[in-house]
This record gives sequence, structure tokens and C-alpha cells, in this order.
Amino acid sequence: MKRIILLVLAALTLSGLTGCGYNVMQAQEEAVFAAWGDVEATYQRRADLIPNLVEVVKGYAKHEAETLTAVTEARAKVGSMQVSKEMLSNPETFAKFQQAQGELSSALSRLMVVVERYPDLKANQNFLDLQNQLEGTENRINVARTRYNKAVQDFNTSIRTFPNSLTNKLLLHLERKEPFKAEEGAKTAPKIKF
Amino acid sequence: MKRLLLAIVILLLPALASALDVPQLRGYVNDYAGILSAGTVQQLEETLSGFERSDSTQIVVLTVPSLEGDDLETFAIRVAEAWLIGQKGKDNGAILLVAKAERKVRIEVGRGLEGTLTDLVSGRIIRGEISPRFKQGDFDGGVMAGVAAIMATVKGEYTATPRDLQQGKRSAPPLVGLLFFLGVACIVLGALSRVLGGLAGAAGLPLVAALTFSGLGVVALAGLAVAGFFLGMFLTFLFGGGGGGRGGGSPWGGTTYGGGLGGGFGGGWSSGGGGFSGGGGGFGGGGASGDW
Repeated sequence: MKRIILLVLAALTLSGLTGCGYNVMQAQEEAVFAAWGDVEATYQRRADLIPNLVEVVKGYAKHEAETLTAVTEARAKVGSMQVSKEMLSNPETFAKFQQAQGELSSALSRLMVVVERYPDLKANQNFLDLQNQLEGTENRINVARTRYNKAVQDFNTSIRTFPNSLTNKLLLHLERKEPFKAEEGAKTAPKIKF
Repeated sequence: MKRLLLAIVILLLPALASALDVPQLRGYVNDYAGILSAGTVQQLEETLSGFERSDSTQIVVLTVPSLEGDDLETFAIRVAEAWLIGQKGKDNGAILLVAKAERKVRIEVGRGLEGTLTDLVSGRIIRGEISPRFKQGDFDGGVMAGVAAIMATVKGEYTATPRDLQQGKRSAPPLVGLLFFLGVACIVLGALSRVLGGLAGAAGLPLVAALTFSGLGVVALAGLAVAGFFLGMFLTFLFGGGGGGRGGGSPWGGTTYGGGLGGGFGGGWSSGGGGFSGGGGGFGGGGASGDW
């Protein structure tokens, strides 16, 4: 009988430990990192597509050097950024990252507007394929960002509410993560329309 | 505080903006726009269920009359997240979405198929197979050709294992878990009387077998019942039950394991009647959109 009481006590203590959110918060932080991994991968995917795109457009639209340079430069800027997990809890570098990606997005959409003037290019199979890939990537970025924001929201809420806030203050010291903010002038992330 | 509120509002914006509800998953073909003929629907249902049986890859068609102001891509990913087309772990699902009023098509591709059914290939399928037929008003032909092209692309990418099929159709109760609960049930009942333990085995073993392997004959089940009776008796004997003795331990076993038994069988029964459902496949926004 005593043993049973002891067992019950041990079980209660264990469930009490899980009740303080120690494990939950760490799992949620890992979920944020995983979601961030997807965001990074999709942005990388876009960056990888750009040289091909620029090459194809160049062949048809030689006079649009300015627009093309803007895209190339924005891509170079994105490529030079140091991305790390620590960035997620640093509002300044995170804002910088988002701004650089936003610039690339707008440079790309300007390029796509320019392309409208070249019917030959728009009929090119190569270009159509690239266009599909770019659209798909933009959509993936959207999805990854939404999921990342959801994970961040869960995590941030979790570390701020009782009793997790107490556990975090005393034991874990996890930092708040930055969500993506809506782009200026657009409610949703930039979309490339053709 | 204000900033937090603002952040939450921003995060909620997409949720508020999405007006169109995700329709219910009825089968492989969900023709809510009513643009497909009965014959096409029937044929597609057969082809696609056959394809899932051989390859485990799930392909689903959805047509909607209108997006009601919603964004095609946003709606598509919401459908994908709600329906979970494709097998869990393989993420091998694809959804062909047609919005009639907006004249838009999208192929939404599960993560596991992104390697073969790339955005590029999806785009070509829409441009080459679907759009031209839709332009002529041939929805049946366009959807058929699109589905055929998707199947040809992803054929052989995955093969079905018996586990997938059971997961897709109905979540099959795990054999080991059921046997464990059965054994415990025999011991607990056997603590009251040895015959009761045997009877639990006689009823339980064929039940477990029938739940796990479909299509067992009556003779096989009867044989299992006899085997179960003796196994139940044996287990009871082994754990020193049979009326009294360790009966004092039964409140412990009775409550804990009794609940487990009910849960195990209850779960098995309730999922038995299910028709078609997604297998838990994940989507990451891959695929392509087009119009006609």
C-alpha cells in the first residue's frame, strides 16, 4: 500500500514538472527553429532561381539593364547576409533580413512588369518554366512565413504566460522570437503577378 | 503592449481575410462546381483509388464554383492543410483545384512529390494539358488529361505497403497493443474466475484478428476462439488468478487496465466505418497555378 502511495506521489511530481512548461517551451522553441529552417530554404530557393531568370530575360530584353541590375544587386545583398538562429531573437538584424528580402521581392516584381512588354519572351518555353518555378517559390515563401509566424506566436505567448513565464525566468532564459511583419503597402507578402 | 496587439492583429489578418470555407472531402473527386459529368467522376474515382492502392500516392480533384474573393494559392494551401492528402511521412499527395468563376487552375503538390512533380512540370501540365481543353469548354477532358499527366509523372515514386492502405482507409488498430490489452483483460477477468479469463480470450482473440486482418473466414475465427480460450485460461493460471489469491491487486489493475481495454477496442470500432480520408500528408506550398 505504501508503495502505491509512493508511486502516485512520484507520478504527481512528474506531472507537476510538465505542468510548469519546461518541456513545452523547449519543444515550441524547436518548432520555431524548424519553421525558420523552411523559411530560409525557400528564400534560398528563390535566390538560386534568379541567375537563370536574369539570363533568360537578358536574351530578349537587352534594354532593361537597369531593372536587371537591380535584381542582381538585391540578390547579392541577400546572399551576403549572415543568417543564424540567434537572429530570430534580435529585432534589428531580423528587420534587416526582412528588408533585404523585401527589396529583392520588389526588384523581381518590377522585372516581371517590364517583361510584359516582350511578347516573344512571354512565349518562350524556358521563361514560362522559370516563371512557374518563381511563382511556386514565392508561394512556398508565403506558406513558410505564415507557418513560422504561427510557431513564433505560440512560442512567444507561451513564454509570457504563467506559469511558463516563471520557469523561463528562473531556468530556461529563452528569448522572444521575431515574427515577420506585413510588408509596407501590402497586407500579404509580396506576390508576383504576371 | 501596443506592439504586441499590433503583431497579433497582423497575424490574424490572413485568417480574417479568408472568406471561403474549405469544403468537405467527399472522395477522390469533389466536384462542387458541378462541371464534370457523372461518367467522368466515376471513372476518375476508380482510377485514383486504384492508383492509391498500387502507389499509395493520393491525388484528389476539387472544383469550386467561385473563390469568393479569396486568393487561389491561399485557398489551395488551406484545403491541403485541412484534407491532409497523401500518406503520413511520405507526404505524397496532390490536389487539382479548379475555380470556375475565376477561370483558374492550380496543382498543389505535397512535399514528398515535389521532387518529380515540380513547379515546372505542374506548370507544363496546366499549360499543355488542362488549359487548352478548358478553353474549349471541355472540363471532363481537361481534368482527365491533367490527372493522367500527374499520375504518369509520379508513378513509381512510391509503392504502397499494406500499412499505408490501412492507414488511408481506416486507421488499423495496432496488433501488438491490442494483444497486450487482451492479455491484461484475461488476467484481470481471470482474477475473478479462471473460466471468465478463458472466455475473455475466446472472445478477444478472434476480435483482434478480425480487426487487424480483414477477410478472415468463419472457420479461422472459430479456431482462434478455441485457441483464445485456452490461452486465456493459461494466462490466468500463469498469473495465479482463478478466484481470490491476488484478488487484492485488482482495484489497481481493474481501473487502469480496464480503461485501456475500452479505449483500445473503442478506437478500433469507431474508425471502422470511415470512407475515404487523407492519410496525413504534408504540403509546403509547392505546385503551379494557371488560368484558361
